[in-house]
Amino acid sequence: MKRMESPYKWGMVIDLDRCTGCGACVVACQAENNIALVDKQRFAEGRNMHWLRIERYWEGEFPNVRARFLPMLCQHCDDAPCEPVCPVYASYHNPEGLNGQVYNRCVGTRYCANNCPYAVRVFNFLNPDWPQPLPDQLNPDVTVRSRGVMEKCTFCIQRIRRAKEDAKLEQRAIRDGEVQPACAQTCPPGAIAFGNLADSESLVARLARSPRRLRLFEDLGTDPSVIYLKGGGHEHAG
Amino acid sequence: MPADRIKAIAASNEAMLSSTRPANWRWYLLAFLLGIVVATGLYAFAHQMLTGMAVTGINRPVMWGLYIINFVFWVGLSHSGTMVSAILRLSHANWRRPILRGAEAMTVFSITVGGLFPLIHLGRNWTFYYMIPYPNQYGLWPNFRSALLWDMMAITTYIIGSSLFLFLGLLPDLAVARDRATGWKKMPLAILALGWRGTAQQWKTYARASTLMACLVIPVAVSVHSIVSWDFAVTLVPGWHSTIFPPYFVIGAITSGVAAVITLMIVIRKAFRLEAFLRPIHFDNMAKLLLTVCLIWSYFYFAEVFTTWYGHKPIEWEVFSFLHSHYALPLFVMLLGNTLVPIPFLMWKRVRRSIPALLVISLLVNVAMFTERFLIIVPSLSHKNVPFLWGTYDPTWVELSITAAAFAGFGLLYMLFAKFFPIVAITDVREETEALRGESQRGRTRLATLVNEE
Repeated sequence: MKRMESPYKWGMVIDLDRCTGCGACVVACQAENNIALVDKQRFAEGRNMHWLRIERYWEGEFPNVRARFLPMLCQHCDDAPCEPVCPVYASYHNPEGLNGQVYNRCVGTRYCANNCPYAVRVFNFLNPDWPQPLPDQLNPDVTVRSRGVMEKCTFCIQRIRRAKEDAKLEQRAIRDGEVQPACAQTCPPGAIAFGNLADSESLVARLARSPRRLRLFEDLGTDPSVIYLKGGGHEHAG
Repeated sequence: MPADRIKAIAASNEAMLSSTRPANWRWYLLAFLLGIVVATGLYAFAHQMLTGMAVTGINRPVMWGLYIINFVFWVGLSHSGTMVSAILRLSHANWRRPILRGAEAMTVFSITVGGLFPLIHLGRNWTFYYMIPYPNQYGLWPNFRSALLWDMMAITTYIIGSSLFLFLGLLPDLAVARDRATGWKKMPLAILALGWRGTAQQWKTYARASTLMACLVIPVAVSVHSIVSWDFAVTLVPGWHSTIFPPYFVIGAITSGVAAVITLMIVIRKAFRLEAFLRPIHFDNMAKLLLTVCLIWSYFYFAEVFTTWYGHKPIEWEVFSFLHSHYALPLFVMLLGNTLVPIPFLMWKRVRRSIPALLVISLLVNVAMFTERFLIIVPSLSHKNVPFLWGTYDPTWVELSITAAAFAGFGLLYMLFAKFFPIVAITDVREETEALRGESQRGRTRLATLVNEE
């Protein structure tokens, strides 16, 4: 079979020095992707559905404590541990470097979630239920998932798709910055950048060359497409 | 053949067929009680299927729970039949004969029960057939790189293989049962006996086929549990990703299988009054086997923990220290049941020949093996790489009911089997008696045999 090739290799750069841990990205992601609401009790049971979460770690002993924030989402690994373990190809790799998840195909073995070192895959333990009037604001571009299937961050694939259609009409490639996932669009301090890593002049490609570059659990060989820029710079400065 | 010999043979056949006599009220009561437990489990499963997996204790990060623990446990239990029957058949251990039918039947029923668990555990059980490679208009195939698919193939192969193995061993006995059956039982037994008449040619083919099946079923059994271990070992999960897992799982499976056969021998002996056939020598030999596998298991466990401790890789050590602190009691139960009790006690002949002591030890080993599967699956998932998402797992009533139903269903299947089919391998036991006489008669041929009871 011929290997499918693409001029795009989607990637994200998250500057940890800019992240304030405000959580706007989490809310934006929730609204954009029709993510199910989970009440307090279910949240405590470990049934929350966040595709993107802000991990908060404390450093030091009281009173000299400092909070560190780490926005965690699907890393869209090039060598993704979740993909080979799926018995039905519900988790697959697309030519643009995205980890796709086919909801219709998923049988719910939850094997992918076990094998994901970043623990970013979420499972629909129940059918989603939105109180009125929230069902009226569901995003028509995104499927509402039923119970029993896995889901996770898609890099807002519906927006990538729309930009590709626009670009095709105008017979051009997608411009840098033309596609923004909901989290990047919302981030008040602009900590999240998204774009095409295959284009060496794009914003993400330039940021990714920073000496502060860091990828999570790089020793596992997963080759993630999300690149973090190490935080802590301001401490050295002042 | 002298008339008194024929009479003696008929009497011993009669004794060995005692389990198939018409059921009494105690049998019906037990079947009814087990049936209630199974029905409760079915209700719990229906509830889970209609509501969603939220009714289980499964959560993020512990996405696999009691169902997978059960799966590994029951597949492990199913190694009894192959171990006891096939390996001992090939090594000409004559003492296996009264045990082998019970062990082979146990293999078939425990693998059947075990094979249901991956399906119960699916988020969308009704789409389970997506995992079967069948032609469809989308041109979609299952993913042959997934250990779960290997699993499905291995389990299917093992169910078919062990059923054939059981059926093959049963064939001459079915003919005995057919000849004695009256009423409605005669017809189905006649069909199942496949026209067995006990001619020299049939015996020759039968002996060859039994040896061949025994040779074939052993690699299948080893591969099945290796594949079950690869469900864990091929992942990146700390505590699972370990090269020792396949042999460790295989030996664990044999440990629980051998212990379960001992338990079952005690139950069958008592229930069907088979004291004449299941003698102390049989228990002694099975206990020696159990001692051996417990020693190997303990060695593997030591090797696994020792290398992790010495390497002290932070995340792997985190899983182990979480296990030691949070699950100290289950850990103690596991070591008690698999190492501290069986190894010293089974070294004594008096213990090995004492039925009550063996009953306690064999049950303890299986409690420990169930705990071992819990300790393999849950702590690793609880403390994976991301400390922000560390959690714990507690099963709910749904998972517990389904687990209870699995045990009850296994018991029920076994009771039904013993009621309709000879639970002691009649012809094999006769062969042993003949062997002790120094010659054996197969049809019209007489063969010299080796006397090797002790």
